[in-house]
Amino acid sequence: MFQVRIHGRGGQGVVSGAEMLSVAAFLEGRYAQAFPSFGSERMGAPVMAFCRIDDREIRLREPVMEPDALIIQDPTLLHQVDLFNGFGPRGYILLNSTRAFEALGLTEFLRKLRFERVCTLPATEIALKHVGRAVPNVPLLAGFAAISGQLRLASVVAAIRDKFPAALAEKNVAAAEEAYAMVKKIRETADAQAN
Amino acid sequence: MTETGNHMATEMQEVKFYQTGTFTVGNRLLAEDERSVQANMQRTNSLNSGHRACQGCGEALGARYAIDAAMRATGNQLIAVIATGCLEVFTTPYPESSWQIPSIHSLFGNAAAVASGVAAALRVTGNSATRVVAQGGDGGTTDIGFGCLSGMFERNDDVLYICYDNEAYMNTGVQRSSATPPAARTATTMAVGKEPGNVFGTGKNMPLIAMAHNIPYVATASVANLRDLEFKVTKAMGIHGARYIQIHVPCPLGWGSLPADTIKLARLAVESGLFPLFEAEHGELSGSTKIRSKVPVEDYLRPQKRFAHLFGKEPDTARLARIQAAADRNIARFNLLPQ
Amino acid sequence: MLKQIEGSRAVAEAVALCRPQVICAYPITPQTHIVEGVGEMVKDGTLTNCEFINVESEFAALSVAIGASAAGARTYTATSSQGLLFMAEAVYNAAGLGLPIVMTIGNRAIGAPINIWNDHSDSMSMRDAGWIQLFAETNQEALDLHIQAFRLAEALSCPVMVCMDGFILTHAYDRVDIPMQAQVDGYLPPYEPRQILDPADPVSIGAMVGPEAFTEVRYMAHHKQLRALTLIPQLSAAFERQFGRASGGLLRSYRTEGAETIVVALGSVIGTVQEVIDEMREAGTRIGAVSICSFRPFPLAALRDALQNAARVVVLEKCLAVGLGGIVSDGVRKALSGIQLKGYTVIAGLGGRAITRASLLQLFTDATEDELEQVTFLDLNAEVVNHELERESAARRSGPTAEAILRRLGTVASNIG
Repeated sequence: MFQVRIHGRGGQGVVSGAEMLSVAAFLEGRYAQAFPSFGSERMGAPVMAFCRIDDREIRLREPVMEPDALIIQDPTLLHQVDLFNGFGPRGYILLNSTRAFEALGLTEFLRKLRFERVCTLPATEIALKHVGRAVPNVPLLAGFAAISGQLRLASVVAAIRDKFPAALAEKNVAAAEEAYAMVKKIRETADAQAN
Repeated sequence: MTETGNHMATEMQEVKFYQTGTFTVGNRLLAEDERSVQANMQRTNSLNSGHRACQGCGEALGARYAIDAAMRATGNQLIAVIATGCLEVFTTPYPESSWQIPSIHSLFGNAAAVASGVAAALRVTGNSATRVVAQGGDGGTTDIGFGCLSGMFERNDDVLYICYDNEAYMNTGVQRSSATPPAARTATTMAVGKEPGNVFGTGKNMPLIAMAHNIPYVATASVANLRDLEFKVTKAMGIHGARYIQIHVPCPLGWGSLPADTIKLARLAVESGLFPLFEAEHGELSGSTKIRSKVPVEDYLRPQKRFAHLFGKEPDTARLARIQAAADRNIARFNLLPQ
Repeated sequence: MLKQIEGSRAVAEAVALCRPQVICAYPITPQTHIVEGVGEMVKDGTLTNCEFINVESEFAALSVAIGASAAGARTYTATSSQGLLFMAEAVYNAAGLGLPIVMTIGNRAIGAPINIWNDHSDSMSMRDAGWIQLFAETNQEALDLHIQAFRLAEALSCPVMVCMDGFILTHAYDRVDIPMQAQVDGYLPPYEPRQILDPADPVSIGAMVGPEAFTEVRYMAHHKQLRALTLIPQLSAAFERQFGRASGGLLRSYRTEGAETIVVALGSVIGTVQEVIDEMREAGTRIGAVSICSFRPFPLAALRDALQNAARVVVLEKCLAVGLGGIVSDGVRKALSGIQLKGYTVIAGLGGRAITRASLLQLFTDATEDELEQVTFLDLNAEVVNHELERESAARRSGPTAEAILRRLGTVASNIG
């Protein structure tokens, strides 16, 4: 079972991101479970959503306590919410930021992790460029597919088309493709470095 | 037994008709459709005799006229919903029911909602012939049933809601409702203290509230004018959408009046201006019944023990004046005196 | 057809397949998505021959349902928590009148203190009103149970509540198999009322019943629920034949063969429980679980069968009989009358507190070693409780309890576990 935890703020599409992730996995014939953790229901409040992916029926119903992957949609949460609770050294991190981890004060933390499994991604900028909205969930989803290999880009694209009406879907697909390519490149570079 | 026994079998005796000059029940000079439903041998008698209403009960009278009129208007295709209250209790004394038509009693405050549900079921099963009437007392309508009634009005559900207004929670022992008039004595507004009886400055005018919802038809009626009551119910049944009729029904027990005075008191309430008879459509006043011969409010109040504390050796002239002022305001507002 | 959709959506689609005729709805978290889903289907024409009514309160919702059902329409509504309480009078009324209304409860805690998250206190508050209460383990079962519920309700002339955990199930995206219309039609015949308001054949419904007959009328309701004990498994079996999967029934056992310890629970928590059972079985512990689907009627005989050979039973409940302990435990104890075994009540998950694998592992381990209290509040923060008790004994004007505790803990719902 692969467990993803997504952190963000209300209005950033955290919940629909988790849902699309589950749809993408479903389209690959796998079982997936996505659910939100609601705090106060208002824009801007910290929000979490979870997604589990497995090849057999998922019975577990607790929140994702030990994520295999963390998607952090809003870097302002970094020193506010305990984002890395339960996160192990072999996990994946995708952080929405134009800055590098070092610039965000995470150098020490990074040393314990597999560096080819973590990266930052300017997801909001990519979303603004293609969709015109500062909602970073789709680029991060594509980025997650690229860095973890858990999902094919085609599945992510299909999930996007399932979620959004046609015109909006294609813009999001474009954003996804750019994010996927970007992270794939980062991953390939990192892999080469590791070897 | 007569000498002309044989003749009785073959000859139909001629009935003499007399002009009474009024709309009296049984006046054969009226056109069929203007005659009272009660004059017709084929009336449904929707509320059959044998119910347990008090002697002189205004509600029993009003309900019988109203429902039979609705039955005639709909070709006997009517479903009745009844709120908890006097009507429900005296018409369905276990194991009997005096209802001759399909009826349902659910709860105290939900008659309007239940009726909305019945109307929805009829709509969805393609039954456009059968109509729905909901009934409640003033307590069940203006207080506990207010929310559901407002919801029904707002959705414009196809229901005629009839409120039998005897101005208190009679069935449970005469407690005050938001329809209880100022100064009236009830079990929870006793005639004691500095302001005996119900206080001034409270109360809801349900017909006006109904009008504020802009529903197709609102009317007030009284057992003092039963033909007018039948007319209004018949008119209402010719309209689709949310409709409201409030019928003033004196309660001898709760009002402390003589059972024989029920219709007289209802008439005095109308003639004093305290209970105006009017109609409204889509929120606008469309007609009112003129007062034939105005009476001072005292004539109406005196025969009722619930107002006894206003009279006696030292009449409460201040409060009586306030009540008269209220009556006069109604007369002006609803244009009740002929110009 | 397999779909990856939100639990609420799955239920909405299942309800739509049952050919409902009148649906009335009042919004309350967390059931709102269900009625929004059905409402959309009616408005866009997907669901035809159905009246969708926006009512002004939950009390109105069930009252409209009562009227519609009495007039012969297949009727549905949904609510949660405070909404269920607000319609309480109508809940008893619907059962007493024998109207086959189906209602989804998106299980949510009842306040005060106000809480929008999941527990079973709402359904439990109405457990003796005369409705049948079925609890779903998964979103698949939630949608399946609605199909069974209409058939069950109409067969018995008894209203049915289908209970599904708020947020945990209602707001979770899961893989579900949505049946075809023909399959549902083959299982659920058109509604044929036992009583109906019809001018062609008038009846009075809802008369007053005095001391001479009230007991008999109530006994009939009791008898109806006893008959349901037989009918529920039959309809579940028929469902399996028609749709090809096991669903519903009175209860379900998991790895109880030779189990010394058996955990009893309702609803979605059973998934996490099964994961822990597997882990413990792997390590050699003889432990199993029973999930109760039909809470009303309470399956006394079936539960006795399932539990009687265990040495101990742990009842894990998401509800609380204040001052007493467990609610489900009472029923379980009754089922085990005369049988000597150790019984433990664990109150868990109140107000949406996560029930974690780690906590359950510790809990079940303690149970197998009989190191549990009679009544345990899982993951209770004793330090917070003690501090509050001290504070209250120090000053009369100690202020509202909930707010005082929150002040110590931080923002509402900010912790993960």
